[in-house]
Amino acid sequence: MSPDALLYFAAWLFCVGICLVIVKRNTLLMLVGTELMLNAANVNLVYFNSQGSQPDGAMFAVFVIVVAVCEAAVGLAIMMRAYHFYQTSLPDQISELRERI
Amino acid sequence: MSIGQAGLYFFMMVGGISAAAILFTRNIFHAVLMLLATLLSTAAIYILLGAEFVGITQILVYAGGVVILLIFGIMLTSRLSNRPLNISSHNLVGGLIGSVSLLALLILCYRDLDPVHPSGVILYPAIGISLLTDFAAPFEFSAILLLISLAGAAIIAATNFRRHEP
Repeated sequence: MSPDALLYFAAWLFCVGICLVIVKRNTLLMLVGTELMLNAANVNLVYFNSQGSQPDGAMFAVFVIVVAVCEAAVGLAIMMRAYHFYQTSLPDQISELRERI
Repeated sequence: MSIGQAGLYFFMMVGGISAAAILFTRNIFHAVLMLLATLLSTAAIYILLGAEFVGITQILVYAGGVVILLIFGIMLTSRLSNRPLNISSHNLVGGLIGSVSLLALLILCYRDLDPVHPSGVILYPAIGISLLTDFAAPFEFSAILLLISLAGAAIIAATNFRRHEP
């Protein structure tokens, strides 16, 4: 196969993820961007793993998936809490730490 | 070009286009569906590369778990206030400059790399043995991490924090 098509694909996914995190104002879309970046790292891991005989890279990719699930679950729970409290899902508008009295 | 290579290029195209569509769509639900398309095509790429275990885990965990969680998040947050979710963008120039320059940097770095020759399928017995020998500690730690974070997420989302009266 042509040398690095998959590496370019992973780089593209990572850059789209970074662009989502920087550009979008909604917390959900920022989480989507994080998932895309983790996926790009996984593509790299599996790609470089495919030239060896040991499944090290694939195992690491599975652990990355597990951590990504934890991150998504906790991130969404915090987002729900913040939405209940502040009535907004825009991180820009969540700017106070103390409770409103 | 063999069928496997053609499939690889096809799924790379699908994944890349649907990832870019997340950036440009105006509907947050469509964005999550595009994420689902990207994740599924990445899973197909893993399977074509010989890492079937990772591909199947990706389908189970991402398509079955994370995307459903995100859709729950959309439905719950837009239902609470009956307002459409804000999907506007900011920092457009900075984000574009940052991501495009990172993409250019990565392409420059990858240009001189030697091609990788895929050596075939990763066998399931090798995965099972390495999970219980070389990767036993990360395996257990990830189990604990998963338990703690899922229980913590449930507690955070379900607890009814009372506001203190002054």
